Amino acid sequence: MNAYTTSHRSKKEDRIMLALLRLSAFLAVAILVFIVGYIMVQGFPVLNLGFLLSSPTKMGREGGILPSIVGTVVLTLLSAAIATPLGVGTAIFLTEYTREGTFSKVIRFGTESLAGIPSIIFGLFGFLFFVIRLNMGWSILSGALTLASMILPTVVRTSEEAIRTVPDVYREISFALGGSRWQTVTSVVLPSALPGIVTGIILAIGRAVGETAAVIFTAGSSLRLPQSIFDPVRTLPVHFYILAREGISIENAYGTAAVLMIAVLLVNVSAYLIINRVAARRLERR
Amino acid sequence: MSATAPTGSECKVQAINFSFSYAYGETKALHSLNLAIRPGSLLTIMGPTGSGKTTFLRALNRLNDRVAGTGHTGQLLLDGKDVYGQEVDVAELRRRVGMVFALPTPLPLSIYENVAYGPRKKGIRSRAKLDTIVEKALKTAVIFEEVKDRLHSSAQRLSGGQQQRLALARVLAVDPEVILLDEPTSGLDPLSTLRIEETLRQLRSDFTIVLVTHDPLQAARIKSDVAFFYLGELVEIGPATEIFTRPQDRRTEDYITGKFG
Amino acid sequence: MRNKEKLVEILLTLIGLSSVTVLGLIILFIFKEGLPAFAQVGLWQFVTGTRWSPGKNLLGILPMIAGSFVVTAGALVVGLPLGLGCAIYLSEFATAKTAAILKPTIELLAGIPSVVFGFIGLTLMVPFIRNFFGGPGFSVLASALVLGIMILPTMVSVSYDALRAVPPVYREGMLALGSTDWQAVKMVVLPAARPGILAAAILAMGRAIGETMAVIMVAGNSTIIPTSFLDPVRTLTSNIALEMGYATGLHRQALFATGVVLFVIISILNLTARVVVRGKTR
Repeated sequence: MNAYTTSHRSKKEDRIMLALLRLSAFLAVAILVFIVGYIMVQGFPVLNLGFLLSSPTKMGREGGILPSIVGTVVLTLLSAAIATPLGVGTAIFLTEYTREGTFSKVIRFGTESLAGIPSIIFGLFGFLFFVIRLNMGWSILSGALTLASMILPTVVRTSEEAIRTVPDVYREISFALGGSRWQTVTSVVLPSALPGIVTGIILAIGRAVGETAAVIFTAGSSLRLPQSIFDPVRTLPVHFYILAREGISIENAYGTAAVLMIAVLLVNVSAYLIINRVAARRLERR
Repeated sequence: MSATAPTGSECKVQAINFSFSYAYGETKALHSLNLAIRPGSLLTIMGPTGSGKTTFLRALNRLNDRVAGTGHTGQLLLDGKDVYGQEVDVAELRRRVGMVFALPTPLPLSIYENVAYGPRKKGIRSRAKLDTIVEKALKTAVIFEEVKDRLHSSAQRLSGGQQQRLALARVLAVDPEVILLDEPTSGLDPLSTLRIEETLRQLRSDFTIVLVTHDPLQAARIKSDVAFFYLGELVEIGPATEIFTRPQDRRTEDYITGKFG
Repeated sequence: MRNKEKLVEILLTLIGLSSVTVLGLIILFIFKEGLPAFAQVGLWQFVTGTRWSPGKNLLGILPMIAGSFVVTAGALVVGLPLGLGCAIYLSEFATAKTAAILKPTIELLAGIPSVVFGFIGLTLMVPFIRNFFGGPGFSVLASALVLGIMILPTMVSVSYDALRAVPPVYREGMLALGSTDWQAVKMVVLPAARPGILAAAILAMGRAIGETMAVIMVAGNSTIIPTSFLDPVRTLTSNIALEMGYATGLHRQALFATGVVLFVIISILNLTARVVVRGKTR
């Protein structure tokens, strides 16, 4: 007889394990869904146009969160605008302009190491470098540069993955027609990789929107509506953190958290939809 | 008319003791190749997998440059000038030496943009000029009638045979002197294959065409000069009628009678 | 034309160096600001000192080092089995339709900001622990639970991918030998997917040890080495974030030095991880 005979005992083990696995799957999903649901339910009553479109008063105890919404949007988009050319450029360099060797290894090492650094360290660095050394002060710009450094590895990795899925024949055809390297990149490689690259950038934005530790030391915590990127700003997660931790207004904290959550989910869902559409199109093509 | 005869200035393409290797010399793909191709002729290179025929094509337009660790010795001349010469502009060379690949693959663009791709990269911007070039190329490749009403729809919806003729049109649009075809019909049905062969026969006088195939029957059908490559060596070269009726070399005979390959 | 190509290449090379440059700048600035504290307090003293009282110039961060490790270990105890179990279920047992719904759901939830986790911990878990187990509620336990949940999405999606990458033939071979589904998973699929699962655990660990805001909200943040799961605790990250706002002089340098220690710990973890994962794949 072989060793794997389906004995009575192993059948029982099978049933128990399956029950445990099913339970853990249920728990994992249930907890996460509960968190979203809880915040939405608690925050929903607070949400109205007045809350969204007015400035806070009494340190946020009353009033709305307009400056934080504006600040978060501007800061996040600016950080993506900074990280995108650097990240996509790095990916193009790694895939199209260099062969695997010491140099590309150094770049990969740098990117991977950067990905492993906790956000608080980015906060400290941004504070020392952008806020103080480059004299940008607590500002949207300092915060955006710090966040850009933080999301750079994500943009590099996702762009590289996207570019590597572009069939090599496309490059060969372009080269064979007398296309230069850069022409090949801009007219064949990037257009084909675009959905994947955009998805990566959106995911990075999703991460940047909810970031607190890296932003609080670099963008400041001013409650005033920013007039330029050189003004300090209090982003949504920072505002939420301060409201909640200092017990200023639990109600407004829930409201802020709900707005934050909706923003993050919208961003991530749109990334997900792009991925799915591309996958569907790939299947269709076959 | 024999393909072996021409020397010096009569040749469009000439290989002199040309050897090519991959993997930093580990793999030798071509051994001291000597070969000459007249302008305005069609040469069919046949041979089994690993015979070096594709390597030869990719050396001619230097597409092998993309692979790390390649090397060559000897000379490979286009109009008497070494394609590996220092002053050679590779992009310019590739416009002079066009290539059609084995699998029909349109770029993910419209039919029009596929054909206009090469001219655009050369710097041609004028719409009227591009229109003329595209139409002419599509007509020469005998596909214009089939696609003239949907030039701006995706090229990926075309059939395999149409895609391959589009690939030919794409090459013709850059006005090449030499056209390389790397097993262009390997993914096509017999009917599409015959149409491509017919088109090639019509083009042969205006260009220098090098067709690579692993199918001896195709070489026989085309009735051009035929070269037989085996394990990186040129075994035999001559008119199809001679090669197929009186092969000089035992290996050629085995190949065309289907003993291997 | 050729000049333009050359220019683009140079530009891309420089851009390619951007992440290495940022990494270099981070190391340079954090170390430069933190090293004086090591010099003044003494490296050994700083790392093994058990008292943190900046007012009295007592600057020892052992409680925070211990805190970070305890909390991270706790998070792994919570998140690892749950996450791996979920991944195994989705990859091996769930119907395609169930997996197609649950997997993206979990991935979408990876975007929940950390402050939200902290807040849930603060409003729900801390009072619960206080009422049912005693103590202040702000505790190692609360931190471990919050972090354990936070690392779930990473854990699930990375180990799910590792499990999916195991060729179906492996399972079929086992099933053909008469093994049950679970035996096939236990004896063939899990061992084959081990490097990927390990990578998932390491990623999750990195996320837990580096997390700041969520932990601050539920940990209690007292600077003593915890002796029970119900004791409050302070991590390295919290230490920095809590006091950065008002610290000056040596105190401030000591916070950057805390950052240096954190950086070194994380680098060691990442390097070990890379070696381990590489070793297992070969």
